[in-house]
Amino acid sequence: MAEQFKMAQPKEYFKKFLENDIRPDNRELGEFRPTVLNIGCVSTAEGSALVKLGNTTVMCGVKAEVAQPDADKPKDGFLVPNVELSALCSPSFRPGPPGEQAQVLSQNMADLLQTSKCINLEDLCICPGKLVWVLHIDLVCLDYDGNVMDACTLALISALKNTSLPAVTVDEDTGDIKTDPTSLSNLPVSCCPVSTSFIIFDHNVLLVDPTNEEERLATGAVTVVVEGENLVSIYKPGGSALTDDQIETCIDRAVERSREASKLIKETLYSIDR
Amino acid sequence: MASFTVVKKEDLDAELEKGPKCVLRGQTSDLGCLTRQDGSVSLSQGDTTSIAVVYGPAEVRINKEKIDRATVEVIYRPKIGLPRPNHRKQERIMRNTLEAAIAANLHPRSSISVVIQETEDLGSNLSCSINSACLALLDAAVSMNFMVASVTVAIKENSDMILDPTKRDETEAKSVLTYVFDSVNYQILTIVSCGKFSRSEHKKGLTLAREAAKSVFQFYRESMSKKLLMSE
Repeated sequence: MAEQFKMAQPKEYFKKFLENDIRPDNRELGEFRPTVLNIGCVSTAEGSALVKLGNTTVMCGVKAEVAQPDADKPKDGFLVPNVELSALCSPSFRPGPPGEQAQVLSQNMADLLQTSKCINLEDLCICPGKLVWVLHIDLVCLDYDGNVMDACTLALISALKNTSLPAVTVDEDTGDIKTDPTSLSNLPVSCCPVSTSFIIFDHNVLLVDPTNEEERLATGAVTVVVEGENLVSIYKPGGSALTDDQIETCIDRAVERSREASKLIKETLYSIDR
Repeated sequence: MASFTVVKKEDLDAELEKGPKCVLRGQTSDLGCLTRQDGSVSLSQGDTTSIAVVYGPAEVRINKEKIDRATVEVIYRPKIGLPRPNHRKQERIMRNTLEAAIAANLHPRSSISVVIQETEDLGSNLSCSINSACLALLDAAVSMNFMVASVTVAIKENSDMILDPTKRDETEAKSVLTYVFDSVNYQILTIVSCGKFSRSEHKKGLTLAREAAKSVFQFYRESMSKKLLMSE
């Protein structure tokens, strides 16, 4: 009977749960799904991470290549994040060029890297004006069950923390580039921004870490990215209007989540170092 | 046809000298500036200008049809070159904001499309685009739940706030926040930020922007009454 009720009246079905302050998957309104983090799972990439947020799975790989820097910024390397939402991860995506959502997510990742300044682009310099590293950060969604933004951010930061680059020597006379895969150095990542997404249900209820079903019923969404106590970004693209207090609640929850997530990354990195 | 101008460094410098920074720059609007559309407006906020036009409610492509409400489309055209991923993000922000504002359930199985052409970006471009879209919707007499007003605030390194920043203010600021408010309770519809900031700065910016939004709504009212007087 519950199945039929859910099919016919998804919103009413959901409201019944919310009356008891619980969600269909037994979570409380402010509770995240279990987060699984696996760092360094791709041996062919310079850095990698796999994040599972409930069923949502995102894989991130960092590949490095050398390139010539821009003339106006001779010391700055490049970071090229790209999010792929292929037909593999959900029936709502079609094969072909990236759709709007994938483009917006990629742009969000690029904005996040730029505003949080977690990577100093000058650290990617090999030889000023001649050679710099380009880091291609590819994020592939393997299973789309809502809240891909948070999963992508976590995967991105974990993969960058795992990234190590080989030493490069340039032959002065011939201009040949040699990499030494035996002497790897870790890429310095100065901070750890963590994103927390919420949806607004029925114009006033805030739910953290939405599943795909919940996202479909949402009347709005908010994403807060914090780094320690500081805000890196608040992203609320339209939807239902919120009061100032509701925004404050979102920030409070995001700060709390940031502590949990940073601890998780730290512990995972520590366990692979041993 | 809009005229396109090249921005010179002297102009930017001259702009810097202008007026106090705690008020919005002067706004002017030209409702119905184009004739073939259902609604059109050319809006300038200071030297930032954009043209917005509205078509609809009109027929909708079958694959975009929604049976219970109108499909809202927003197309943003940058001044130079083709739209890039950052423009896509901007389009999505504007679409989600306008979807909330437009009473879409009054026009099921139809489309309301808003096209925004950037003509001059000298700071607070997103705000100008959203405000021009709202005015164009008013000009087209599309039914709306409420109006929207967008205000940009730049936060300097020393936590000073600049309302409606110019291009130079934006590049010098440590963060730039764009807020959109509704016209009923002045609640927050949209927040977009760029750059780090603290919670207290966010609160301060929010209060400042909310006050400024009220003057934007007043400006809408004046523009509309001027248009209605002209048509009498």
